[in-house]
Amino acid sequence: MKIRVDVKLKNGVLDPQGRAVAHALHTLGFDEVADVRIGKAIELEVNETDKEKAKARAVEMAQKLLANLVIESYTVEVLG
Amino acid sequence: MKAAVIVYPGSNCDRDCKVAAETAVNADVKMVWHKETHLSDDLDLIIIPGGFSYGDYLRCGAMASVSPINAEILRHAERGTSILGICNGFQILCEAGLLEGTLLRNNSLKYICKDVMLDVTNNNTRFTKAYGNQTKAMMTVGNGEGNYFADDDTIKLLEDENRIVFKYLENPNGSKGDIAGIINKKGNVLGMMPHPDRAFAKELGSDDGANVFKSLMQL
Repeated sequence: MKIRVDVKLKNGVLDPQGRAVAHALHTLGFDEVADVRIGKAIELEVNETDKEKAKARAVEMAQKLLANLVIESYTVEVLG
Repeated sequence: MKAAVIVYPGSNCDRDCKVAAETAVNADVKMVWHKETHLSDDLDLIIIPGGFSYGDYLRCGAMASVSPINAEILRHAERGTSILGICNGFQILCEAGLLEGTLLRNNSLKYICKDVMLDVTNNNTRFTKAYGNQTKAMMTVGNGEGNYFADDDTIKLLEDENRIVFKYLENPNGSKGDIAGIINKKGNVLGMMPHPDRAFAKELGSDDGANVFKSLMQL
């Protein structure tokens, strides 16, 4: 089963990387870009057939390692 | 003093820490590979060194904070052993949950390697007693992620409990509250971005970092 964990910076946490990319987009003429936030997409292939169980375990993984809850939030999606 | 320096794949200040502790206080220093699962009970000090453990994969310090040795670091933190995390070591201690907050990318997006003047804002910890009336200390920073961050409530808590131990006189990286180093509530775990392990002899430009090790001799 495939699971996708998206990790992104919480609102209010400075994202210097996103800011630099926004600058670069402006340089290319994409003046409509007001803000850029960069996160991570983590795809897990797990040996589990029960969707709910798989999701609960992935949430645990996100909390323990994949995201740092001081600065990041996460969402977990079972891709099937 | 008996000390251990934890060595992770990608640590690069582990030798510096050993030589610093040996030179400053003649410590008996063991190098301990992160896959070890026991840290001797008679240790006085555990040093988590600087570097790029696991190539900074996922987040700085994240992988190291779940290394096999981590359970022993947590056990020693609980029993009161002094633990000093420098640079990547500070990042690892934050990721391990032993210290509040985390370290973000420098606000300039640049790797910063330079001397910084520090305010010793709490000289009443087991790591800073030896500073006595000396309120300033010069050390170097060398990092890409040294920008200390915690939410406002946490910063206030650190201030109220006098747990901010070092502050930058001139903030090099955007750290909230100019914070360069903090200590845990119990007072036995210190994390700092500047390197006392690169400032323990005049020949290195500063010996102000030696006091961190000397302070521990006064325990």
